[in-house]
Amino acid sequence: MIIAQNISKDFNGIQAVKDISFQVKEGQTLVLLGTSGCGKTTTLKILNRLIEPSSGAVRINGEDIFSLKPEMLRRSIGYVSQNSGLFPHYTVAENIAIVPKLLGWDQKKIRQRSEDLLRQLKLSVTEYAGKYPDELSGGEKQRVALARALASDPPVLLMDEPFGALDPITRAAVQKEFLELPELKSKTIVLVTHDVQEAFALGDQICLMDKGGIMQTGTPKELIFGPENEFSRNFFSHQRLQLELSALKFKDIWKELPDAKRGSEASLESAQSLWEGMELLAENNQEMLSVINADTDSVKEITIQTIQSVYLEIKRNR
Amino acid sequence: MSEQLNLWQFMLQQSDKLLDQTIAHIGLTCVSLVIAVAIGLPLGIWIAERKRTAWVVLGIAGILQTIPSIALLGFMIPLLGIGALPAIAALFLYALLPVIRNTYTGITGVDPAVTESAAAMGMSKWQILLNVQLPLAMPVILAGIRTATVINVGVATLAAYIAAGGLGEFIFGGIALNNTNMILAGAIPAALLAILLDFLLSLFQKARLKRMRKVAVILPVLLILFSSFYIIPYAKEKILAGFTPEFMGREDGSLGLKSKYKLNIPTVVISDAVMYKAAFERKLDVISGYSTDGRLKAYDLVTLKDDKTIFPPYYAAPLVRQDVLAKYPQLQPALDLLSGVINDSVMTELNYRVDYEKQLPEKVALDFMLAKGLYKKPQSGSEGGVIRLGSKIFAEQYILINIYKMLIEGNTNLKVVTRTGLGGTKICFDALTNNEIDMYPEYTGTGLLVILKPDKKTLDPIIADRNKVFDFVRKKFSDQYQLSWLKPIGFNNAYALMMRRAQAQSLNIKTISDLKNYLSNENHQH
Ligand SMILES: Nc1ncnc2c1ncn2[C@@H]1O[C@H](COP(=O)(O)OP(=O)(O)OP(=O)(O)O)[C@@H](O)[C@H]1O
Ligand SMILES: [Mg+2]
Repeated sequence: MIIAQNISKDFNGIQAVKDISFQVKEGQTLVLLGTSGCGKTTTLKILNRLIEPSSGAVRINGEDIFSLKPEMLRRSIGYVSQNSGLFPHYTVAENIAIVPKLLGWDQKKIRQRSEDLLRQLKLSVTEYAGKYPDELSGGEKQRVALARALASDPPVLLMDEPFGALDPITRAAVQKEFLELPELKSKTIVLVTHDVQEAFALGDQICLMDKGGIMQTGTPKELIFGPENEFSRNFFSHQRLQLELSALKFKDIWKELPDAKRGSEASLESAQSLWEGMELLAENNQEMLSVINADTDSVKEITIQTIQSVYLEIKRNR
Repeated sequence: MSEQLNLWQFMLQQSDKLLDQTIAHIGLTCVSLVIAVAIGLPLGIWIAERKRTAWVVLGIAGILQTIPSIALLGFMIPLLGIGALPAIAALFLYALLPVIRNTYTGITGVDPAVTESAAAMGMSKWQILLNVQLPLAMPVILAGIRTATVINVGVATLAAYIAAGGLGEFIFGGIALNNTNMILAGAIPAALLAILLDFLLSLFQKARLKRMRKVAVILPVLLILFSSFYIIPYAKEKILAGFTPEFMGREDGSLGLKSKYKLNIPTVVISDAVMYKAAFERKLDVISGYSTDGRLKAYDLVTLKDDKTIFPPYYAAPLVRQDVLAKYPQLQPALDLLSGVINDSVMTELNYRVDYEKQLPEKVALDFMLAKGLYKKPQSGSEGGVIRLGSKIFAEQYILINIYKMLIEGNTNLKVVTRTGLGGTKICFDALTNNEIDMYPEYTGTGLLVILKPDKKTLDPIIADRNKVFDFVRKKFSDQYQLSWLKPIGFNNAYALMMRRAQAQSLNIKTISDLKNYLSNENHQH
């Protein structure tokens, strides 16, 4: 649980962050979204005290972060910076081992943990453990940076455009892996991005920022269907249809969907978005797909037509 | 080929000295380097976070770097005396700039994203410094240490001037004695040393980034190891002698003292420029001075009588190109006006006014001319031709050529240009034979022993007799080089051993033999 209250930061009189407040519930992901220079990185760095705010209070898991020694605070917060920030003179394995070493773990435990993480991130241990950062591709670097941030299994993770350096195709693939990582399911995450799609794909909550202030905070659905001001409305106007469909999950419209035939194989989960459903239908060139809701153990059926009619229904009601 | 063989033989024959000098050289270089790194590295790190201070510190270190090395050594003497200490201090100051600057550049050049991520992971300032900044800056820092090393190997040759030893003893001795083998015996090892140390450090620098953490440990250990070769050669002796590099290598110098007087005295090598003062300040007790030097008077030193005549006469006389004398017949009578006019004590007095009272040689010369009634207004115009006067770099020669300038311009229609500061004998002599100057004042003993270098058989019968020496050099110079020795000026600026007057009197030492007896008695008592 992260609570930021009225934090501000000015650099020599220029206000980079203006009196913003937000909360991130345990296990949830908050996305700081906004155009370049709006103060996202500054806000993120205030949370692990890489930047000291001019005013405001921050509590993480109940503790006032300003009452802790910065080094101690930071060892319990994973951080992935905008540019990977890997140590060029350390191997991949040594990079991952930095925080565990600071925490005084024994060699064996550190080895096991590093190898486990590399495997989770689909990097072969034998091939990558001994490599140096300059021998890695941009995507591999990002994954190692993520592994390094996760190494000591910190409850909180701060990420600054972790996929920023990647091409769209790789980015989509890495995002997918990211979402599926068991490691990350239980973590409280603050993630910075200027990519709207990424924000919708990864965020439970999104803080839409402009010129140092928060314009609106809410779930993707709230932001896209209920903009509170001109800025929010305009911000998403560009890819509205896709974003709306991404914001809607099958479980949100579960009742409107017809049951599937018995024994049909489900290729989607109810937590996935309508947009993902449409994409899969188009990709597989199929009329119909099945969606499973693990909570209720029921399976429903979707077609382009059902998605379209449900979508139109929702738009009409709003 | 035979030149090389000779050099090799010389080095073999002098191998003891060579080894001593090389070790002292390595020692001076490494000790000063260790101190420079010990101070420069933390300073560089400290200023890396303080832009404004950095500017000031780098500025000061930069200014130190621009001080000519000889001058810097000179500044050290009033502060630290002579010997290894001031030499190391001067070398240290030279090594400081490259070490500080490269540390600063290296540390500030580390990618801020990397140090930030280190901080973000919870590393402390020290951990970041030791594990991130220093290893990443190490290649640049090492480049600075390499620069400093090469500079120091070079500058350490000058340490010989202030009795700190090193390969400069051969180099400057060789230059003074016009002995190529001796110069090379010092210069070649010095060059090899620079190359070797540079190469060793380059190995460290090429070590991959990952090994930088080890380099940070190995390098200081090695440097300190090298430094420990060098035991600072300063145990305070009862009687300590300081001889110039030139004197050390001469038969009519230190070698003669050993062979003819059997004088065995603890000795350091030192530059003539600081030797008198060092004697005055009791850093040295016996020095090899020149008998007409002004500082003799200034520092109240006395010369010891050369009772076995190992020092040949050094009567000063103008040494002139014969073609110039023939072309301008009016020249020789003008020059001869000075012959027999200046005796030892007059010359010492004139030197004293320049060396110690810091009067300009021009003024001292003019005063002298006026007092002797020799001065005449210059006959204007240069239609008669131009005479080029050269001089070595010391006061006496400056005074003499100023006097000659007035004599020539006052008594002939010739015009004079002066080329002062031509270094030592060899440079002046070469300038003369190459027709770059027309004359300079030379000393009979120097002409005999430095330029003609006759063998022992020729030398022995003439060396103690001033007339025989003069006749010999006049004939040989005329035959071999078409140069004329004109009539001597009168004073004899010979080598002499000197002591403080008070000490010489209290120990009752008047001659070199007295000194020898005193020393052997001392040794017996031990
Ligand atoms: N150290 C600093 N000193 C002065 N101004 C700064 C500093 N860091 C950031 N700023 C300013 O604060 C504002 C917000 O910067 P910040 O890095 O938080 O933006 P951002 O939203 O992360 O942008 P981007 O998407 O381009 O990374 C910018 O106008 C920037 O110029
Ligand atoms: Mg940013």
